[in-house]
Amino acid sequence: MIEDISLLSIITFLPLFGAGCILLLVRGTETEVAANSRWVALWTSGVTFVLSLGVWIGFDPTRADFQFVEMVEWLPGQGIGYHMGVDGISLFFVLLATFLTPLCVLASWESIKTRVREYMVAFLVLETMMVGMFCALDYVLFYVFFEGVLIPMFLIIGIWGGPRRIYAAFKFFLYTLLGSVLMLVALLAMYLHAGTTDIPTLMTTHFPAAMQTWLFLALLASFAVKVPMWPVHTWLPDAHVEAPTAGSVILAGVLLKMGAYGFLRFSVPMLPEATAEFAGLIFGLSIIAVIYTSLVALAQEDMKKLIAYSSVAHMGFVTAGIFAMTQQSVEGAIYQMLSHGIVSGALFLCVGVIYDRLHTREIARYGGLAHNMPKYALVFMLFMMASVGLPGTSGFVGEFLVMLGVFQVSSVVALFVATGVILGAVYMLYLYRRVVFGKLEKADVKAMLDLSPREMAIFAPLVVLVLWMGIYPSSFLGPMHVSVENLISTYEAALQAAGGVSVAVQ
Amino acid sequence: MTDLPSMLPALPEIVLALVAMGLLMYGVFSKTDRADLCTHGAVAAMVAAAVLEVLGIGTAAEGFFGQFVVNDFTRFAKLLILVAAAVTLVMGRRWLATEGVQRFEFPVLMTLSVVGMMLMVSANDLIGMYLGLELQSLALYVLATIQRDNVRATEAGLKYFVLGALASGLLLYGASLVYGFAGTTSFPGIQEAIASGNAHLGVVVGLVFVMAGLSFKVSAAPFHMWTPDVYEGAPTPVTALFAVAPKVAALCLFLRLLMDPFVGLVADWQQVVSVIALLSMIVGSFGAIAQDNIKRLMAYSSIGHMGFALVGLAAGTADGVRGVLVYLVIYLFMNVGTFAIILAMRQQGRPVEGIKDLAGLGRTRPLVAVAMGIFMFSMAGIPPLAGFFAKFYVFMAAVEVGLIWLAILGVLASVVSAFYYLRIVKVMYFDEPLEGLDPVCSPALRITMGVAAAVVLFFCVAPGWVVGTAETAAAALVAG
Repeated sequence: MIEDISLLSIITFLPLFGAGCILLLVRGTETEVAANSRWVALWTSGVTFVLSLGVWIGFDPTRADFQFVEMVEWLPGQGIGYHMGVDGISLFFVLLATFLTPLCVLASWESIKTRVREYMVAFLVLETMMVGMFCALDYVLFYVFFEGVLIPMFLIIGIWGGPRRIYAAFKFFLYTLLGSVLMLVALLAMYLHAGTTDIPTLMTTHFPAAMQTWLFLALLASFAVKVPMWPVHTWLPDAHVEAPTAGSVILAGVLLKMGAYGFLRFSVPMLPEATAEFAGLIFGLSIIAVIYTSLVALAQEDMKKLIAYSSVAHMGFVTAGIFAMTQQSVEGAIYQMLSHGIVSGALFLCVGVIYDRLHTREIARYGGLAHNMPKYALVFMLFMMASVGLPGTSGFVGEFLVMLGVFQVSSVVALFVATGVILGAVYMLYLYRRVVFGKLEKADVKAMLDLSPREMAIFAPLVVLVLWMGIYPSSFLGPMHVSVENLISTYEAALQAAGGVSVAVQ
Repeated sequence: MTDLPSMLPALPEIVLALVAMGLLMYGVFSKTDRADLCTHGAVAAMVAAAVLEVLGIGTAAEGFFGQFVVNDFTRFAKLLILVAAAVTLVMGRRWLATEGVQRFEFPVLMTLSVVGMMLMVSANDLIGMYLGLELQSLALYVLATIQRDNVRATEAGLKYFVLGALASGLLLYGASLVYGFAGTTSFPGIQEAIASGNAHLGVVVGLVFVMAGLSFKVSAAPFHMWTPDVYEGAPTPVTALFAVAPKVAALCLFLRLLMDPFVGLVADWQQVVSVIALLSMIVGSFGAIAQDNIKRLMAYSSIGHMGFALVGLAAGTADGVRGVLVYLVIYLFMNVGTFAIILAMRQQGRPVEGIKDLAGLGRTRPLVAVAMGIFMFSMAGIPPLAGFFAKFYVFMAAVEVGLIWLAILGVLASVVSAFYYLRIVKVMYFDEPLEGLDPVCSPALRITMGVAAAVVLFFCVAPGWVVGTAETAAAALVAG
């Protein structure tokens, strides 16, 4: 029944429809246009979120194959189709994107004052691209959405960003584009080998081992930049610092997940032998990311930059978890991504709250907020603890599972990764102490007001979700369990087959 | 009367030529200025020719005793040429009138050059090819200097003429070498001579000269030097014409020549075309970075685009030809749209062409800015816009035949080119408005902008139609 109404396409393109409505129908004076655009954007993204809950409810967690599948011919006779569907891995990323967008619209309600209409259109287009990317089951379709994200994000950073917004926007765009075009060549090579870009078919296609190495490197170029992995992470702090608050939330919350999702969807299942071959390299890069960027985060004077570097460190956990390829580590990696999407998004919102009041992100300018903003201090503390990985919050479950899984593969890697948890606690607590504790001395800081009802409405769902994910993770781990199991068993079967061949040759 | 069937395949060309001559007579002998009427007449003739082409789709024929050939490939190319030329003519009318250079010769020369382009595409003989090429070139030399009291325009026209004549000379010399060593000027004859296996090395040398001449016409590096100066100096409506129709014609001739008579030498010309494509992509990408005149920027952009299109030709397969044709269709819409905007760039009535004059366009003229943004992102090859699919098909063809190095260097060049396309978006959206531009008063420009932007934006919804048609056309070329 539910499968008949092409729910995924509706979720994907409803925001685009809303954007079209804003562009074509909203008329009047500037203030009217701004107000109407905000409401249309809020309603569209809100309805999209409610519809996406339907996917979660209708999702059958006992099946490993793709569900809610839609298939329409796109490029006739080419093996390239409009193919959509979700499995246990992509389900929650779709929800993450639809969940964060309405919150972003709300968070921009008052802080965005100029060109509100264009801003809301950009966000709705961005939502279409993000959701479409996680639903796409055709490589070309995936690539179209994957790259299409760049256009609205470039405009969001460049138009509504901070003082160095132009530099940051160009760096973001060109950096990611450079990685992606190499993936395009790999895509073409895979298409010509397999005769189709259908993802489920490509997953069962065996690519020659030598070809896998090159394909893996090309895909790595694209996904590593998106994740971002050390040493190609340098675009992230710039983009985060200059982007408006909501832009940072989406960037950290969803865009960073696209790279790791790409590893899970393409690199691991399609190129298993190369994955095994390069796992050591990825572990090394992940360890550097975790330790080095944590130390860099410790030295930051700018709040957004600190959280940006912490994102790189947290994504280091994710890549280590994915390439350990055990049930716990992969589930942990996915869980960590979801948790990080919510927590880092919430942390950027926390920064946004005080930035809206004082218009600076410099840590030293604040201090003693616990006295005049107690509610804010409580919310900030919760998310800070979740980022550190305190038991009972979502961050703990992800990090714990990753470490558990990685430990089975290599205790050394697990040891290094675990130091990231300690360093994470150090820089987050240090940040919190400098901003929230201490004496309330500065006059302008004293005058800051506590959270408004609108801001509380933004934080409430995030708080609930962080605690829910921390206390009862089964509601989220359940649906992904079978899909991850399937991913790992096919991966191991492929490795064994390859090993068997090489033995037979000898 | 016995010769009539042999001339019928060339009916669209004949119609155009007769109309051009009729309009010329009319313009010369009428006492008042009849430029407007001539423009309408020329556009009507082009539309009629396009209708004749459409009616003939699916058939193949030869005329003039095998010197002239029509099939789905030539029809595809001619339709592109006719659409590009007609739209440019309509777009430029207002500009020419405001600048006081609207003469009846303009549409007449344009029609004649279109006849030349169509002959080039249909030529089945080296001599016919050269006649078509010269007809279009001579008309274009004059068009470049139509603003004859403007120093820049006359300089551009002279440069174009001298270098163009040199290129024609190279081409003619190459053609004579081919004739000397293959013993025939007819395309099927050359193909046979090469297929027989005892073709002299001189044929290859001749081919290289011919390719050099053609590279000049498509403004591919290293024969691109004239492009920026001529683009900048020529009146904008002429630049808009230069950017599309002659390139389409020359590139289609390139395809016909290499894929039909010289297909047997694919191993020889593949390396040459690969290198030309690569150089063009690099020159186009890096050359445009430092430009501050939008017409010069578009010149480098077109050099780069020709490089990307030639990647498809370098593949030397039916899929490669299909890629080039898809590329040309999308290139046509992107360029026509962009030039509609450039033609509309005016401040207090006087035309401007600096990139900085676009500053703050996102606020002052939001719709124009959106259209320009769409064209720029599309030219950079960012999906879901049409430009991505253009690059997708040519690179697919290149990877298919193992030219992976070319594909990789090509996509890297496209990242470099993304920088200057983004710069225009940056100027329009991120910078503060300076003086602002006048509103677009010409409905023709508004419609062109809107239609071109819609095509580029919604191409991804149903790409199958264009791709399918291009595939049929490519099949007609490669089979014939």
